[in-house]
Amino acid sequence: MENYIRIKNNQSVPLQAIPVLTYEDFLEQNTGFMLNEANHCVNYYGVPQGDKLQLICCMANDVEHVIYVSSSLIEKQADLPSFTARHLAFHIFEREIHENFGVGYIDHPWLKPVRYPFDRTEKGSQIKNYPFYKIESEELHEVGVGPIHAGIIEPGHFRFICNGEQILHLEIQLGYQHRGIEKLFLDNKKNLQRASLAESIAGDSVAGHAVAFTNLWESLCGYNAGAALQFTRTLALELERIAVHTGDLSAICTDIAYQLGSSVFGRLRTPLINYFQIWCGNRLAKGLIRAGKNNFHFTNELREQLLQLFDAYEPDFIEMYNELKRLPSALSRLEKTGIISKELSEEIGTVGMSARASGINRDVRFSHPHDLYSRLDHEPAIKHHGDVYSRTQIRKEEILQSIGYIRELIQAIPHSDSQILKRGNEEREIGEVGRGLFAISLVEGWRGEICHCAITNEKGDLQHYKIKDPSLHNWMALALAVRNNEISDFPICNKSFNLSYCGHDL
Amino acid sequence: MLDNVKILIHQGKQYIPDVKNAELPGVFRGRPVISKEQVDEKRLSELCPTGAIAFHPIRLDLGKCTFCGECAFAFPGKIKFTKDYKIATNYREGLIISEGEEQLIALNPELIRKEISNYFSGSLKLRQVSAGGDNSCELELNACGNVNFDMGRFGIEFVASPRHADGIVITGPITENMAEPLQICYDAIPEPKIIILTGTDAISGGIFQKSNALKRGFLEKYKIDLYVPGNPVHPLTFINGVLDLIRIRK
Repeated sequence: MENYIRIKNNQSVPLQAIPVLTYEDFLEQNTGFMLNEANHCVNYYGVPQGDKLQLICCMANDVEHVIYVSSSLIEKQADLPSFTARHLAFHIFEREIHENFGVGYIDHPWLKPVRYPFDRTEKGSQIKNYPFYKIESEELHEVGVGPIHAGIIEPGHFRFICNGEQILHLEIQLGYQHRGIEKLFLDNKKNLQRASLAESIAGDSVAGHAVAFTNLWESLCGYNAGAALQFTRTLALELERIAVHTGDLSAICTDIAYQLGSSVFGRLRTPLINYFQIWCGNRLAKGLIRAGKNNFHFTNELREQLLQLFDAYEPDFIEMYNELKRLPSALSRLEKTGIISKELSEEIGTVGMSARASGINRDVRFSHPHDLYSRLDHEPAIKHHGDVYSRTQIRKEEILQSIGYIRELIQAIPHSDSQILKRGNEEREIGEVGRGLFAISLVEGWRGEICHCAITNEKGDLQHYKIKDPSLHNWMALALAVRNNEISDFPICNKSFNLSYCGHDL
Repeated sequence: MLDNVKILIHQGKQYIPDVKNAELPGVFRGRPVISKEQVDEKRLSELCPTGAIAFHPIRLDLGKCTFCGECAFAFPGKIKFTKDYKIATNYREGLIISEGEEQLIALNPELIRKEISNYFSGSLKLRQVSAGGDNSCELELNACGNVNFDMGRFGIEFVASPRHADGIVITGPITENMAEPLQICYDAIPEPKIIILTGTDAISGGIFQKSNALKRGFLEKYKIDLYVPGNPVHPLTFINGVLDLIRIRK
């Protein structure tokens, strides 16, 4: 029996249309979905409804291109059997529900704090007293790193248990970056405030989160973005992917002390982010993407500049990459380091580029296309070894692929539609927010699958806003990838994933 | 070997020779200029996502501004963002732009502590702490040291240990969960030491100013030596601000 609703990416439905199941059926149904490898959980969270808690589970089916949504109403202090005991991919969602609302799980294997939010139920649970896993042995030692790290990087604490130089276990404790951003989405009523918040969820994925928010908001308002707006969004997402991937290759070279690669990839990133500034006045694309309007039209002149940029970029990039991959001393650091197998990757539910480097075909651009992606006929780049080198190679392939897509896209710049609002007009003109709606928006950012979900109340105000950065899934992959590696290889493993701290901590 | 030389040659010249006068391409939202034009001041003020615009007379606080530019789109005759990236200063009021005055933003030499030019003018090592920063300012601070901006040529560098540092560069609105690590890091830096607030989030909390997850008490305890606004800061804004701080003498 079907006890869920099928929706498409960026579709709004009445909240009432989402079936409410008993917790037992809810658990059976959603863990049952996981038996089919086309399905994975894109979001699972709690929404307070009076003195009860509505659990909403969104399972994406990548083959049918739909999302199955179902829910269950439970008591807040209930003690429940966990999804995680059946499938580990749910672990982080249930930990979050436990931390935010005090729901107990009787058989969750790893019910640890997620981010110490300011509104957590257990106020006595303090970030400095995180319950780290311990192994008692005279042979082993612990290494604690952070929250403040050696470079210019966000804070997080890593606790290693090592046998000599070898890592047995790594536990990653986050939460230092928690800014209460989901609550701010509700407190700040102006659309511009919310757009600014979306751009600040993770400053390295400005386009990714801004597109997720904007598409979601337009869906709630019943507004159909025309081709020009969709063009801007698609282009921004692909440019961001190229820029960040290039920067990551530079960082990977830095971490293996390969100065030439580090400098060359680093300087190759500069014209890409400068291009965002030339286009929209901000090197990281803040201010570019807005609901219902386009402050910065893409002109023929901009197209010429972009083509020139790519013509200069490609030969230098390929030359440098080929040199890197010929270098035995580089390859020996990258190959067979930080392996995450396909089986493990599936078990813990990784997403995005890291999942694809482990052989999983998971990419929103292909499975739940939005904006102009359905036109691009995207075929995800897949690697199979799941090591640092795979995650390096996949960046190179995605960079070249994205350049190809952009070349294709800018052949015909869509005329700005008449429906696009003039600059500076206030948001209310894109239409009123629908009442009592649920909406979901998926975007494939450079790091992976971004998911925003919103619920509106009977007055058309936001009642609940939920953000999921791909890092939420993938931090566990990093923790497991470094096992049995030398501790000196941790930086390179970490860089190869390049996960977001603030995107996780919100 | 030969391949490496080829690669080197293919890079050409990448560094910006003159960081004080380099011109930025395309559009950039730097120091704003506000005209005397009569507008609906209340509407203009309410438009701003962070309450950076006050009225009677119109004043724009760059310490709160997210540089989204929406005010300039809505009131193009009133507010214009110029491409001037030299917007760092050493006193909070210096970030407030008033209408009708074309004022450059600069440091007040009277307020620069004497020990800064005595000790740091030739070499300044900084420890960066991200306290809720969204990784945009962090990316730009990293870019300050890349081959393009090459801040290292002025003797200004980021170091790993606070023990080796002459000052702290804070990004982000200072979350409650980072308040204590920030304090510990600051305490570990030997005297004399400086504090630089980088980015709108650090200066005022920015779009997060009303969040319940912040704890900004640290900033009330110490004198701030430099405010570098931006969302994120542009590398040239940071480099010029720091150069002025360590090189200007009373």
